[in-house]
Amino acid sequence: MSAMTPSKLEKILAAGHLAVTSECGPPRSANGALVDQKARIVGPYIDVINVTDNQTAVVRMSSLASCIRIKQLGFEPVLQMTTRDRNRIGLQSDILGAGAFGINNVLCLTGDHQRFGDHPGAANVFDLDSTQLIQTVKLMRDEGKLLSGHEMDVRPQMFIGAAENPFADPFEVRVLRLAKKVAAGAQFIQTQCIYNMEKFKLWMGQVVDHGLNEKVSILAGITPMKSVGMAKYMKSRVPGMDVPDSIIKRLQGVAKEDVAREGINIAVEQIQELKECPGIRGFHIMAIEWEEKVPEIVERAGLYPRPDVN
Amino acid sequence: MIMARPKPIEEIVREIKDLDKVLVAGCNGCVAVCEAGGLKEVEILASALRMYFARQHKKMEVGEVSLTRQCDREYLGELRDRVGDYDAVVSLACGAGVQFMTETYDKMRIFPGVDTCFIGVTDEKGVWSERCQACGSCLLATTGGICPISRCSKRLLNGPCGGSSKGKCEIDKEVACGWQLIYERLKGLGELKRFEQPTPPKDWISSREGGPRKMTKEESRL
Amino acid sequence: MRLTYPSSIKIVKVPCTGRVAVIHLLRALEKGADGVFVAGCMEGDCKYQLGNIRARKRVEYVRKLLATIGLEPDRVAMYNMSSGEGPRFAEISREMTEKVRMLGPNPIRIKGVEKEKAA
Repeated sequence: MSAMTPSKLEKILAAGHLAVTSECGPPRSANGALVDQKARIVGPYIDVINVTDNQTAVVRMSSLASCIRIKQLGFEPVLQMTTRDRNRIGLQSDILGAGAFGINNVLCLTGDHQRFGDHPGAANVFDLDSTQLIQTVKLMRDEGKLLSGHEMDVRPQMFIGAAENPFADPFEVRVLRLAKKVAAGAQFIQTQCIYNMEKFKLWMGQVVDHGLNEKVSILAGITPMKSVGMAKYMKSRVPGMDVPDSIIKRLQGVAKEDVAREGINIAVEQIQELKECPGIRGFHIMAIEWEEKVPEIVERAGLYPRPDVN
Repeated sequence: MIMARPKPIEEIVREIKDLDKVLVAGCNGCVAVCEAGGLKEVEILASALRMYFARQHKKMEVGEVSLTRQCDREYLGELRDRVGDYDAVVSLACGAGVQFMTETYDKMRIFPGVDTCFIGVTDEKGVWSERCQACGSCLLATTGGICPISRCSKRLLNGPCGGSSKGKCEIDKEVACGWQLIYERLKGLGELKRFEQPTPPKDWISSREGGPRKMTKEESRL
Repeated sequence: MRLTYPSSIKIVKVPCTGRVAVIHLLRALEKGADGVFVAGCMEGDCKYQLGNIRARKRVEYVRKLLATIGLEPDRVAMYNMSSGEGPRFAEISREMTEKVRMLGPNPIRIKGVEKEKAA
């Protein structure tokens, strides 16, 4: 595999390294300095920084604007885009804008339903779904065309990603749907946070059986648990999350002041274990409002220093 | 058919409280089936309004009628001789009926007595659910006869999303995941091949997105 | 058995309480009754299976409706008793009459001809 775009993530994967990505949730204000601050914490320890797009349907600073700030700091962003808030006109327009700022990674998502967010009465869009957004970006990049057929002279150079949740139902659909996204043009996949290792490996086995790991780079989603409360909340309240009781028991089994450290320990062990899992090409570390722990996790998991591919 | 639910009485009272004579007009079509706007509901609403205003010591005459349909001029025309006796009409028809009443009697104030909700079916007595959003280009042939636009909360054409859990939608544990239903159906029919093909972006021009819709069947016109 | 019940009660016979519609209860009040109670068979003993359950739901609906139009919900009630319970019927009749008397006359009485009514 050789890289087709200037994306650092693509180059790292093409060179056969395990990729490490993380994410920054932009603030619920116009405080751009906060984006910079988070990016400076995680930036030196990972390859690319995902910027979420109004995650959980809560209004935040725009992903594109935050990506531009991160890019200007010298780090490489991944533009997350959901199809919930913009139609094909808005989405393509933002992809062109991202291209103009030298943003070379996009993660195509459908987005959480607005019912859970801070504007449950909002209208949603869903003109496209995530698979169709992947098709759209690929069309723009490879054929230099918009969905309308309009041809452009300068194309956005995007390394195309998508998400997949191995823990959603029906389980047997998950690999088929991944195959669909790969057929549409997805080149890397960031998975939902993994806690149920057994089920994840079952899914990974199917991915390998279908030969999908040859066509797409799977980055395993890792989220350290900050507290017992967080683990319980993730188990019961977050859609599509599979948190086994053993994780909660383990966190409950240590002294209160050690719970956070135990959460980090679990994350590091998960990475170590998944390094051996066939088909895994890297890790996506989502430390939710806990970005300062990313460097420690990366170092302890033996993933630091990051390779230089430029 | 078109499903509706009665508006709260307070909301209707707010609109008519300063008038003296009001006609409650039902529709014996869809809204009668979903027990929101047929003759029965006309009688109940009219009686409740009369009692409400009597309690307020306010003179209010409330007339009752229910038409075969309110979406046809022919039936709306039946009110021609009566409607002038009233200050306003509270129509219990769907939004289409209320508007057609307005167009037919353009001097009359017409107020809606129901909230029109969706195109759906009667699951069981007293329970109705949505099946169609009238997108104007039916794709049921490719999805095993189950509509992803009306049954998936995100109207995904390549579902199910990551929020599907135990057959239910992420928005509500009472809502079935439309794509789980589609998957099972296609599997049962031995047509999973259809599921494996990515569906390209849909042309929404025949849907609400294309603006107010109209259709003509030339050979039926007079 | 010669049991007495308040003479102010007017009985409307129906084959089954399932026959009692919302509008019947409303009309009784609209025409001046101070209260209405539906006397159905014991739940589970309906000859038509669900008649009394349906009646109960309609009574509940009317009670909610009354609250929205400014009338006391307690003017309408559902009671269950078996046909062999004459004394119980007399007792409920007195109880309902007393309850309605406490509420006072029907404030929306238009003609004032009919009084309390039972079905």
